[in-house]
Amino acid sequence: MARRSTGTSGRRRAKGGLAEVLAAMLAFTAAACSSQPPADIGAAGATTAADDELYRSLGGEAGIAQLVDRFLRNLAGDERVRHFFAETNIRRFRALLEQQFCVLAGGPCIYTGDSMAVAHRRQNISEADFNAVVENLWDAMEQTGLPVGAQNGLLAVLAPLREEIMGRAR
Amino acid sequence: MHAALAATLGLAAAGVHASGGQLLATGGATQVEGAAGGGLVPWAVIAGYATEDEIGGTLFASHVNIDDYTLTTGGLAVGFHNRLELSAARQRFALGGTGLTLRLAVLGAKVRLLGDVVYGRLPQLSAGLQYKQNLDPTLPLAAGARHTDGVDAYLSATRLVLDGPFHRNLLLNATVRATRANQLGLLGFGGDRDGGYELVFEGAAAMFLTRRTAIGIEYRQKPDNLSFAGEDDWMDAFIAHFPNKHVALVGGWVDLGSIAGKDDQRGPYLSLQLSF
Repeated sequence: MARRSTGTSGRRRAKGGLAEVLAAMLAFTAAACSSQPPADIGAAGATTAADDELYRSLGGEAGIAQLVDRFLRNLAGDERVRHFFAETNIRRFRALLEQQFCVLAGGPCIYTGDSMAVAHRRQNISEADFNAVVENLWDAMEQTGLPVGAQNGLLAVLAPLREEIMGRAR
Repeated sequence: MHAALAATLGLAAAGVHASGGQLLATGGATQVEGAAGGGLVPWAVIAGYATEDEIGGTLFASHVNIDDYTLTTGGLAVGFHNRLELSAARQRFALGGTGLTLRLAVLGAKVRLLGDVVYGRLPQLSAGLQYKQNLDPTLPLAAGARHTDGVDAYLSATRLVLDGPFHRNLLLNATVRATRANQLGLLGFGGDRDGGYELVFEGAAAMFLTRRTAIGIEYRQKPDNLSFAGEDDWMDAFIAHFPNKHVALVGGWVDLGSIAGKDDQRGPYLSLQLSF
């Protein structure tokens, strides 16, 4: 290994300027953020995604229905968040979740519900509440036996919705 | 440190808030100086699982067993509202066979400046300080160190890239540190060769094979202030397991290069973290 120091031999070190370091960190930042494509689930409309890889890895319509069913059961059993759904029409909620997951995954569906901002208006969702729902979904993905790659794919397309759901950037 | 521990446990016992609003593993493990991070490198994450209106924290112990030395570290950290992390750690570096030990106390503070490790457009960016005091300064001063204490300042950016390469979640971290510490401060601060502060880069990358298990690597540049013994950059490879939000276990392999004249110091690393 070239970096081995032998007495006073010249080892590469961060003697470089602060500007170089900051440039590297900015590059890192840009790279880390470019992986989150903006999602567009606000308005009703069909997706024409040519790439339905995620939809297929979720098991298509049947797989998504099974996942949503498990997700709803988990939410109903979670004291942290069940109160958010006390007034919810579960039949409609189930159908909209299935549509939404389908659309975001690139499947042949149409989302007919409200925008995320409208659907979650005045709910005062905390960071912990939001993450609790994510955990219920993640649990459901594990319980239904989805491959890790499909789990991560769905999380990645859902994550950008957080700002609209919570009504704030962070 | 005992007072801090008592205060922390009192805080936890008082049930200020049940911790745990953050997603699993997003509080990281604890690095060797007591900050939330990987094994060697501090990350931008705040210790524990507290969200904006919670308080959490961690207790940790780690052990490095390299060819001629051992390094044992323990400490605690409290995370306030996913904004501020305060930490205290104690290191004990033993030169195998000689009975000689060097101890270092570290007090740390880290503030999340902006962003989030998972959500939003920006990665989590945090700034931290580590005040270090060498508790056995005789040998370091004899070896040419100029000071027995010092402050490291660092800036860290951390991001968990969801659905990254191989459809795995990928954690990336970049840290820049200003330091004059020799071997973390175990050999004092500053030296006969170079006495001032130096900017060093520290990086980490970890891929989550599953929701609970990640494998990763870290690299940490180091100063080289003492002419009596060269100091190398450090690196490690690790596997981290987060069975739940209360426990994290990290096993790894470190390559710490040359330390106090002994070259090729490599060996296993083990760390246990409890979160509350």
